[in-house]
Amino acid sequence: MRDAGAALPEAPGVVFQRYLKGGELWLQQCDGCARQIFYPRTLCPYCGGNRLQWRRASGAGTVYSTTVVRQRPERGGDYNVAIIELAEGARLLSRVEGIAAESVRIDMKVQVVIRAGTDAQLVVFEPIQSVGV
Amino acid sequence: MSRETLRGAVSCAGIGVAGIGAAPGYSHLDLLGLAVHAALEDAGLSLRDVDGLFTANMANILPTLATGEYLGIRPVVAVGTNTGGNSFVDHLQWAAQALHARLCDVALICYGSNQRTGKSAPPDAPPYETPYQPRDPISSYALAAARHMHVYGTTRRQLACVAVAARQWAQRNPLAFARDPLSVEDVLASRMICDPISLLDCCLVTDGAGAVVLVRAERASHQRQTPVYLLGCASAQTHRQISQMPDLTVTAAAQSGPRAFAQAGLTPADIDVVQLYDAFTINVLLFLEDLGFCKKGEAGALVEGGAIAPGGALPVNTNGGGLSCVHPGMYGIFTIIEAVEQLRGTAGERQVLGAQTALVHGNGGMLSAQSTAIFGTAAVL
Repeated sequence: MRDAGAALPEAPGVVFQRYLKGGELWLQQCDGCARQIFYPRTLCPYCGGNRLQWRRASGAGTVYSTTVVRQRPERGGDYNVAIIELAEGARLLSRVEGIAAESVRIDMKVQVVIRAGTDAQLVVFEPIQSVGV
Repeated sequence: MSRETLRGAVSCAGIGVAGIGAAPGYSHLDLLGLAVHAALEDAGLSLRDVDGLFTANMANILPTLATGEYLGIRPVVAVGTNTGGNSFVDHLQWAAQALHARLCDVALICYGSNQRTGKSAPPDAPPYETPYQPRDPISSYALAAARHMHVYGTTRRQLACVAVAARQWAQRNPLAFARDPLSVEDVLASRMICDPISLLDCCLVTDGAGAVVLVRAERASHQRQTPVYLLGCASAQTHRQISQMPDLTVTAAAQSGPRAFAQAGLTPADIDVVQLYDAFTINVLLFLEDLGFCKKGEAGALVEGGAIAPGGALPVNTNGGGLSCVHPGMYGIFTIIEAVEQLRGTAGERQVLGAQTALVHGNGGMLSAQSTAIFGTAAVL
C-alpha cells in the first residue's frame, strides 16, 4: 500500500504564510477545473483533483457581505468583519480597514493589504479609492 | 432499502425535559439523565429497554461513550454524529433506520447542557477565520442576514417580527424561560451585537435537557401515549465556516426539506405546525423560504403580516422557540418535543387545534448542517 503521506511537499498552510510574509497573496488554483481555491488544501474541493498550482492573486476583491462587531471603546471599539470575493472567484473571511466599520457596503470594491498579526500574517482589505468623482 | 419504507415505520413513545432555564450545580449529563428518565417514564419503559443511543453535545468528544456510561447502558446501536444543533433531528433518520432494520428495539435521542450556569469549553476554532475575530456564531448569522437584506430588501423590522411572534407563543407556554411582553420596537432598540443582529435577534442562553424515545410503529397500539409517527427525515450540509457557504441566502434546508417531504408524501401546504431552529431571527426567514413555505426573498413580508404568530395561518415555534422558550447551546431536540406535544394535542393554551402534521427543522454550525423531519398522527398514516 502506498503511503499517502510519504515525501509530501511543504504543507499548503505553510506555503500560504511564507508568501504572506513576503507581502504577497498567493492562492492555489486547480489544474483540473481551473478554480481558485481558498483556504489552502491538499485537494481541490470543487473537482477532487490534487494538482494544485500556487499563483499570485490579483488581490482585487468585492465585499460579499459585511458586519460590524460591536465592542465597548475600552475593549478596542467596533470593528469590521466581512466576506470578500476575490476577482478570481475565491471567498474568504477578512476585514475592511481604512474606513469606518459601518461604512463598509456589500459590492464595495476593495484591494488586499497584508498585515502582521499576533501569530501569523493577516489578509485584510482596503477600499479602492474612487478617482475624480 | 428504499427510503420510502421508513414512512410511518417508527413512532415516538416518550418525551422528557429537565432543567430548563437555570440549573446551577448540575452537570450536562445530570440534566440529560433527568430528561431521559422522564422520557422513559412517559413511555412506560425503563433504561434496561434502551438498546439504541443517539446523542451529541459540546462537552464530550465521544458523546455516546460518556452518556452511555453515565446512564449505565450498553447500547447495541450508538450514534454520536455531531453536525451542530441539528444533530438530534438528524438522529431521527438513523434511529428510524436502526429500528426498522431491527438493529435495536428502543432508540433514545437525548441531549443535556448547563450552558447558562456551568463553565463551557471553547469550541474548535476555524484557523482561517478566527484571526479576524468574528464573534461567532453571531457574526456568521449577521453576515447571512446582511446579505439577505441586500439581495431581497429584507428589513430589521421583519427580523424583529420573528422575535415578537416567538415571544407571543412563549407567553402561552408555562415552561418558556422568557415570557415578558416584547414589541417590535423593543427588538429594534436592543443593543446591536453584530450588525444587523441585535441582542433580541439572538436566542436565549439557558440550561435545559430533552429526550425522545422511538419504537417501531407496530408497538404503537401498546404505547401509553398517543402515537406520533415519523413520516420523513433528511439531512444535508454545505460547509463548516460561513465564508465557505456557497450562497449566504440559501441553506441546505433547500435539499433536506424536499427529501423529507417526498418521503412523507406531503407538501408544505399540508403542514399544520412548524418548528424551526431559531438560533437567530434570520434563521426563520431562511428556513421558511428554503423549506418551500414561501418563495425565496418573501419570508420577511410573510412574517411581517403575522402569519407565524398566534392566530396566524402558519403556526411556527409554538413553544416560543430558541428565542423565547429554551436554547441550551443545541436546540434541535426541543423542536421534536414540541411537535409531538402539538400532535398529541397536549400543548395547552398554545395548542394548534386539530394539528395532524408537523414539520421539524434543525440547524447546525454556521447555517452549515440542516435536518428536516415530518411527523403525523395516525390520521395521516
